[in-house]
Amino acid sequence: MSFAAGTRVRTRSTDPDHHTRLPRYIRGQVGEVIEVEGLHVLPDESARQVLSPRTETVYAVRFQACDLWGSGDHTVTVDLWESYLEEVR
Amino acid sequence: MSDGHVHLPIAARVRELEERVLSAGLTTDEELDAILAGLFANASPVNGARIVARAWADPAFKERLLADGSAAAAELGFQTQNTRGAGFRLRVVANTAGVHNVIVCTLCSCYPISLLGPSPSWYKSLAYRSRVVREPRAVLAEFGLVLSDEIEVAVWDTTAETRYMVLPVRPDDASGLDEDEQAAIVTGNGLIGTAAV
Repeated sequence: MSFAAGTRVRTRSTDPDHHTRLPRYIRGQVGEVIEVEGLHVLPDESARQVLSPRTETVYAVRFQACDLWGSGDHTVTVDLWESYLEEVR
Repeated sequence: MSDGHVHLPIAARVRELEERVLSAGLTTDEELDAILAGLFANASPVNGARIVARAWADPAFKERLLADGSAAAAELGFQTQNTRGAGFRLRVVANTAGVHNVIVCTLCSCYPISLLGPSPSWYKSLAYRSRVVREPRAVLAEFGLVLSDEIEVAVWDTTAETRYMVLPVRPDDASGLDEDEQAAIVTGNGLIGTAAV
């Protein structure tokens, strides 16, 4: 599965008990994929020295400040591995 | 190594790690020294400024730079990725009359060191990292950059393997300068987005 630019995605809301690169301030939030960045090793696994860590597509996902904070007219774009995301239908 | 650093716990951990990597045959002293020497001898915002000045001078280069930052930087001799796949993917984000970009790493301090030099201490501070995603206009105003409400602010949080650099708008009064002189007006803060240029 992969997401094309323009896809609306929601980030995982759960808090893993290991390293992750999904910042807390965007967990459970909806944003839009604006760019597909290519394949990269999943740090959640490589940081724990998982044998043969997964490689996933990384996406630049844009969030609206008013969705994140309830105020603000700016955007925040965050680079996120695919398993952090699910499509919003 | 200075006496002030050798007793820091992090120094002992780095030395232990280095010894284990060396004893495992993963690298050599010479290779590590060459990487560090190359980084510290060459890493400077002068590099990013040269890329900016070329983009200002050459619209075709600017187009390539925005499409594939690493490839365009390599045209000017700046390698962001080595043959082993190490390094970073450079993504250059262009300011326009209507959009101002600013970069941050909220998780730690990721930064394109080879093109921008060592990051400023405030870039690594909790205050900058937490506030610039929440109230960037206020943070930029504290840097002396007051943006009108009509200008959109786009914050880029460096959480993966891409490293961002801002392409500032060329000031009107710089159009008469040659490329080297234009490069000289570009600052490290301009490349982060905490200054106009």
